[in-house]
Amino acid sequence: MSFFDTANLATAHEIISRYPKPKSATIPLLHLAQQQHGWVSDDAMREIAQLTGTTPAEVKGTGSFYEMFKFHPVGKYMVNVCTNLSCQILGGEELLAHAEETLGVKAGGTTADGMFTLEDVECIAACTEAPCLQVNYRYKLRVGNDDFDQMIDDIRNGRADDLPEHGTLALVRQAIPAGTGAGITAPENAREAPVWMARNDVAEGSDDKDGGA
Amino acid sequence: MPTHSYVPHAPGYVDNEGPKIVTSRFGYEDSFTLERSQATGGYQALRTALDKTPAEIHSEVREATLLGRGGAGFPAGIKWGFLPPGKFPYYLVVNGDESEPGTYKDRLLMERDPHQLIEGCLITCYALGLQQCFLYVRGEMALAQERIAQALNEAYAEGYIGKNILGTEFSVDVVLTWGAGAYIVGEETALIESLEGNRGMPRLKPPYFPAAVGLYGQPTIVNNVETLSNVPWVTENGARQYKTYGSEKSPGTRMFAVSGHVKRPGVYEVEQGITTFRDLLYGDNFCQGIRDGHELKMFVPGGGSAPWFFEEQLDLPLEAGPVGAAGSMLGSGGIIVMDDTTDAVKAALRLVRFYARESCGKCTPCREGTTWEERVLQRILDGEGRPSDIEMLLDIADNISPGPYPVAADPAQDLDAIPFPPKQTTICPLGPSSVAPITSTIRRFRHEYEAKITKRDPIPVAAEKAVS
Repeated sequence: MSFFDTANLATAHEIISRYPKPKSATIPLLHLAQQQHGWVSDDAMREIAQLTGTTPAEVKGTGSFYEMFKFHPVGKYMVNVCTNLSCQILGGEELLAHAEETLGVKAGGTTADGMFTLEDVECIAACTEAPCLQVNYRYKLRVGNDDFDQMIDDIRNGRADDLPEHGTLALVRQAIPAGTGAGITAPENAREAPVWMARNDVAEGSDDKDGGA
Repeated sequence: MPTHSYVPHAPGYVDNEGPKIVTSRFGYEDSFTLERSQATGGYQALRTALDKTPAEIHSEVREATLLGRGGAGFPAGIKWGFLPPGKFPYYLVVNGDESEPGTYKDRLLMERDPHQLIEGCLITCYALGLQQCFLYVRGEMALAQERIAQALNEAYAEGYIGKNILGTEFSVDVVLTWGAGAYIVGEETALIESLEGNRGMPRLKPPYFPAAVGLYGQPTIVNNVETLSNVPWVTENGARQYKTYGSEKSPGTRMFAVSGHVKRPGVYEVEQGITTFRDLLYGDNFCQGIRDGHELKMFVPGGGSAPWFFEEQLDLPLEAGPVGAAGSMLGSGGIIVMDDTTDAVKAALRLVRFYARESCGKCTPCREGTTWEERVLQRILDGEGRPSDIEMLLDIADNISPGPYPVAADPAQDLDAIPFPPKQTTICPLGPSSVAPITSTIRRFRHEYEAKITKRDPIPVAAEKAVS
């Protein structure tokens, strides 16, 4: 019984082909699993292990290091409120408290209807626009309490179509069309100096000639 | 006097009418498209590079003294020279895992001008004989990932990336990789571990540079997004022209994100060395001063890991040397400004908590030390502090980053004794970074700590000044 659907399995193979060693695809494939399922299940990790030539324990060992991978069901929308220093001094903690009140859950919790998971997160790189938050990794800047309530209301009432559900990270993926790539291969198959570096030798040779003349 | 507007399609970026080396396209709404890039000289530098020898390009970048913009400030041209000859394949890894508190220039460069970054990567690969490039973008930056993916797809279709680039024998693949949420992956050896499919834990040193042993054990150049975004300009205009900007030791421009209690927070492209903190924080073209009715209490000069500065350091130039001599660093270019309403202990706790959360757990002094720092600061803030807690904090600090840490009550005496750059009992600088907010606040605002421990209200800084 395989985890990835047909389309995602093809994507998985394409991702693996971009790395000199298949294990490097572990993190991208965990993202892909999360895109398909909303969170990373044991089945997903078993299949990623097969695809990358590792063990399910290795996949979980790697995945569990990273905050963005969830190993249990979470809300359709991850609401990540920044409380790091730049946001803290401009109301980030108050915004988080308000979010807890509005959603009726503490940071780390998921609403009973499975719509929202609230997180208290570290700096999300929008410090000049404090206080800020991300919903499924899309920014909302200079957020006041009313803005927050409006945003939640919009999402609940289907007025946020542009927002993909949790798990879908980037809406555009890299694709290297067949025949256009330089050729990705394992390091042991690429021991030769790249051909264009021979230009240096030619140039050095001609320099010598000039010098000798 | 609102002389310059905020660019609405690039929230955070403010045009200060200074020289624009990396933000030249930020004024265009469609700056991220191939069309706009090509219409404004994009990929011209790649053609220029391909007309020269790889060694010529390397020497141009070395000559330009292009300093690394990720934090350590190491010259890129010198770093590139560390590749051991003949040990192929070589790799390029682009560090786009920007997560340092208060910092966000790389995100804007990736979102607003991905083609400039890609062109910089291609030129670097050409100059050094690097056979594959991995663009590692922080997981939380969905828009940056989309923009880079789109740009890569366009560039492959146009023949700028891949096999026989622009009809030459130069061939390289550029692969976009998404991170997944871990600050420590910004450390270059941790980034390599992550790219190999492992937990993002820094590798034991030596070797100090991945140029010796990097991805898959092969020589690897790891450069920051902003550093590489400068490469097309340097290639096209030359080192001599580059050095007409900034100062002799720090040529060119740097991106600074200034956040906190200033009137006009923003990300600015600033000439290094000749601009001072005062210019940046108070200048009309920049942040326009502290918000009305308040005054400066302290500021973080270079990302969460940098020891804090105060009013007397405002006239220092934005240049690594003088800032280092004054006991801090420009680091990642993130400046957090705090006015007199800020609780020093609470602010220090917030950064310490960040390091405690982000410690990878590999080294005991960091894993245990940052956790204890957080607990002790929390209890002080909660009014549960013990009289010995200040000394205890300095003692923990000494374990992660050996002192001496004088415990004298005289702040002037403390000032010179705290070591910078920090020594470390750990593999990477994460643990020692957690010490900076603690020592900065204890040596300057010890009375705030003491007041919390003895449960007396501290005298606000502004009031104290008025009294004296």
